[in-house]
Amino acid sequence: MSINITMPALSPTMEEGTLSKWLVKEGDTISSGDVIAEIETDKATMEVEAVDEGTVAKLLVAAGTEGVKVNAVIAVLAEEGEDPSAVEAPEAKAAPEPAKEAKKESSEDTPKSEQSTPKSDIVMAKSDKVGGSQDKKELATTPLPSANTADGRIKASPLARRIADMKGIDLSSISGTGPRGRIIKRDVENAKPGAAPAAASAAAPKPDGLILPQVLDDRVYAPDSYELKPLDGMRKTVARRLTESFMQVPHFPLNVDLNIDRLLASRSAINAAAEKGIKISVNDMLIKAAALALMDEPDCNASYTDKGIAYHKHANVSVAVAIDGGLITPVIFKAEEKGLSEISKEMKDLAERARDRKLKPQEYTGGTFSISNLGMFGIKSFASIINPPEGMILSVGAGEKRAVVNAKGNVEAATIMTVTLTCDHRVIGGAEGAKWLQAFKRYVETPEAMLL
Amino acid sequence: MSTQYDLIVIGSGPGGYVTAIRATQLGLKTAIVEREALGGICLNWGCIPTKALLRSAEVLYLAKHAKDFGLVIDKADFDLEAVVKRSRGVANQLSNGVKFLMKKNKIDVLEGTARLEKGAPAPKVIVKGKDGKDTSYQSRHVILATGARARDIPQAGLVADGKLVWTYREAMTPDVMPKRLLVIGSGAIGIEFASFYNELGAETTVVEVMDRILPVEDEEISKHAEKEFKKQGMKILTGTQVGNLKPGKNTVTAEITGKDGKKETQEFDRIILAVGIVGNVENLGLEALGAKIEKTHVVVDGFGKTGVPGLYAIGDLTGPPWLAHKASHEGVMCVEAIAGKGHGEKFDPWNVPGCTYSHPQVASVGLTEKAAKEKGYDIKVGRFPFIGNGKAIALGAPDGFVKTVFDKKTGELLGAHMVGAEVTELIQGYVIARQGELTEQDLAHTVFPHPTLSEMMHESVLDAEGRVLHI
Repeated sequence: MSINITMPALSPTMEEGTLSKWLVKEGDTISSGDVIAEIETDKATMEVEAVDEGTVAKLLVAAGTEGVKVNAVIAVLAEEGEDPSAVEAPEAKAAPEPAKEAKKESSEDTPKSEQSTPKSDIVMAKSDKVGGSQDKKELATTPLPSANTADGRIKASPLARRIADMKGIDLSSISGTGPRGRIIKRDVENAKPGAAPAAASAAAPKPDGLILPQVLDDRVYAPDSYELKPLDGMRKTVARRLTESFMQVPHFPLNVDLNIDRLLASRSAINAAAEKGIKISVNDMLIKAAALALMDEPDCNASYTDKGIAYHKHANVSVAVAIDGGLITPVIFKAEEKGLSEISKEMKDLAERARDRKLKPQEYTGGTFSISNLGMFGIKSFASIINPPEGMILSVGAGEKRAVVNAKGNVEAATIMTVTLTCDHRVIGGAEGAKWLQAFKRYVETPEAMLL
Repeated sequence: MSTQYDLIVIGSGPGGYVTAIRATQLGLKTAIVEREALGGICLNWGCIPTKALLRSAEVLYLAKHAKDFGLVIDKADFDLEAVVKRSRGVANQLSNGVKFLMKKNKIDVLEGTARLEKGAPAPKVIVKGKDGKDTSYQSRHVILATGARARDIPQAGLVADGKLVWTYREAMTPDVMPKRLLVIGSGAIGIEFASFYNELGAETTVVEVMDRILPVEDEEISKHAEKEFKKQGMKILTGTQVGNLKPGKNTVTAEITGKDGKKETQEFDRIILAVGIVGNVENLGLEALGAKIEKTHVVVDGFGKTGVPGLYAIGDLTGPPWLAHKASHEGVMCVEAIAGKGHGEKFDPWNVPGCTYSHPQVASVGLTEKAAKEKGYDIKVGRFPFIGNGKAIALGAPDGFVKTVFDKKTGELLGAHMVGAEVTELIQGYVIARQGELTEQDLAHTVFPHPTLSEMMHESVLDAEGRVLHI
C-alpha cells in the first residue's frame, strides 16, 4: 500500500505554504525522521520530517511551488516490498479535494477530510507546536469593520466563499446582492481579485489589500522599467501586519537621550572578564535593561484585546532582525530572568538562524515588547511601527559623541544615544511610557542597577 | 372611468392569482380579470386535473400488480367516466378554493375578457363582460398573465379538431377510451398523456421529431425513461416526423416519416397534439401600445417590465420555462418590485425545476451534463440507482436513478436529474441547494433521513465525490 505524504500544517493558522525545496528525489529510500523537504511559511523556512519509511515513488509538487494547501498530497511513498514505479499518483480527482477541505478546516481543528487515501498525516513538521503565538487570523479579521453586517459576520453562500477563496478575494471587501445582502456567486464572480492573478496565491487577506493601489499603472510605469519580484510569504506577512498595525493602532512616540558612557565601560569590563567566546553587545545590555524596566513598570508590558488589556507576566523581548527579503523578530523569552551571557548566546543563535530563515514559529511569535536598533547605520533617531499585539516598541539610534552640558554647567563630550519609544495609546498613556523610559534610562546610565 | 386600482392582473392562472394575493399583502388595491374559470389552465385544464388522472392510472397499476405485494384483487379495472369525473371534481374544488382566496384577500374579480388601451400612468383595461358590455378601468399598474395554449402547426397538417385530434383539453375529458392512440410530441404534456392512456390500455404510440423523448432532460434520463415506457408496452418513435392528419368519420390517419425517410400512413382512433405552446398575446391591444412580442411571447426584463409604462407581463405569456411555478414566482417578484419591496434579485430560469408526472416520474433542475460541458465547465458527475435504496425496494419501485452534475472547480451543483418513483417530490432539495448556492461539501455533510428515497440524493452527491456508500 502506498503512503501519501501531505503538506503539513506548521502552525495552527497555516493554510498554505511554499514548497521551497525537496531534499529527497524519486527513488530515494527514506526512514522515519529523515528531513525530506523545506517549506516556507509566513516567516520561516521549516524542515519536514518523514514519519514513515519507504521509497519515494513520486514527488507531486515541484520545488518552488507557492500556495500549496495544507493537507494537499505532495509526494507518494512506496512501502517496503512495493514497486515504486507501480505506485500511482492519487487521482487528479482526489488530490485537490483534501486541500480544499483542509483550507477550511485547518484552523478549526475539525476532523480530517476522509478523502485522503490510506494514511495521511504521516508527516509532521519538526516543530509542530506554536508557543504563545498570536492567531494571525484573529488579527486579520476582528478589528476591520465588515461591509456586510454590523456584527462582523459576513453573509455569503458556501459557493461564493469557495470562489472567493480560489480567486483570492476578501469577502469583507465586496457587498452582496443576494437576499438580505448575502454575498452570492455572482458578486464574487464580478469582483476583481487582488493584483495577483487568480492562481497566484489564495492567501485570504491580501497584504496590501486595504486601501493602497495594488498595481502599477502601465501607462505611468512601463512594465519594462522595473523588475517585479513576486511576494514571498515573509513579505506578504510583513506587509499585512505592519499595514494593519499602522492603520489600527494609535501610535505615539516618546524620545529620550541616554548617556551610555558607563554602559560602554561596563561592557568592556564584562567582556574582559567573560569566558572565551562570550562577547556581550550593547544591544544585549539594552535587551536586559528593557526587560527589567518592563518588570518595574508592569503597566507597560501589555497588549490591547477586545476583551480587555492583557498584562504580561514576563518580559518577552522581540528583537527586530533585518534579513534578506524582509524582517523578522525572534523573541528572547523571560529576558528579565536571563543573564547577559545567556541573552547574548541566545541572540546570536536566533539571529543566525533568522538569516537562514530557519526559525520556528514559536521562536518569532509571543513577544510582549520589541526593540529595533538601527544604530549601526548611524541613524540618530527613528520611530518604529508597533508589532501587534505588543504594546510598545523601542527604536534605538546610534551612540555618538555629543557635546553635553554637565551638572556643573560645563560643556563636555559624552556618548549619547537617542531612543524612541512608540506606544499603543489604547494601553499606554504618555505618563506610563515616560515612566518606563525613566526606568530604562536608569538601567542604561547606571548599569550596575541591572545586577540588583 | 370607474374604479381606480393600484393593480389590475389580467388572467387568474397560477401566475395571476398568486400575484394578486401578494399584491394585496403589500397593500395594493387589486383587481383580477378572468374570462373563464378562476385558476386558469393549471387548475382547470392542466397541472391539477392531469395529476388526478395520473393518480387513477397509478392506483390501477398497483391494483394490477397487487400480487407482487401479497394482495388479492380479483379484477382491477376502471370506469372512464368516473375517472374523468374525479379529475373534474378535483379541478372544481381548487377553482373554488381560488374564489375563496380572492374573497379573503379582498381582490375584485372582474369577469370577462380584457383588452388594453393607451392610458396613464398605466394602460387602461377594458373588460368586456359576459353581457357584452365594456367597462373601463384605470389602475397604476397592469400585470399581464394571460398564459398560453396548445400550438397547431397547420403547414405540417397538424391541427386539432377537438374530436379526433385532441389538445390537452379534450384529452383530459375523454368520452371513450381510444384503442389506438397517437401522441405527437414527447415533452412533459405529451408524455404524461401517453403514460395515462397507455396504463388504461390504449395502444399508445409516441412520436418525437428529436432523437429522444423528453428532449429538454438529460440524455441519460431520456434513455432510461424510454426504456421504462417501452417495457410498459408503449411504442416510441424518435427522430420521426408526423404530418397530414386526416380525420375520417371515426378514425384519423397520420403520415409518419421514420428515421430512414420512409413515409407510412397509419390509422388511429385518436391523436393528441402536444407540440408546444403559443402565448396568448392576441386581442389585447399590445401592438398599439408598443409592447415587444417575439414568437408569440411578450419580451420582458428580469422583473416583468415590458417597456410600456405601467405594463408588466409574467408566466407563460413571457419566455421559458413555461411552468406554473415559474409564473407564480415571477409574478411575486414583479409585484414586489412594483411595491418597492423586492430584494433586487432577478429571476433565474436555471433555478426553476421541471417535473413530468408520468410513470416513471422525471424531475430536474439546472444544467444537463451535456449543457454543462458545452458551457465549458469541467464537471464531475454522480449517479445513484433506485436499486441501491432500501425505501425504493420496499415500495416495489427499484427502477430509476438520481444524477448530479457538479463544477469540479468550485463544487457548484450545476444540475440534478432524476427518473423514478416520487422524484417530483424530491427535486426541491436540490433546488434549495442551488438557490442557497450550497457546494458538494455542504450536501455531503447534510443528514438525510433513513429510510427515504431522498437518501439517493445524498448518495448521488457522494458518488460525484468518489465516495458512494451503498453501491
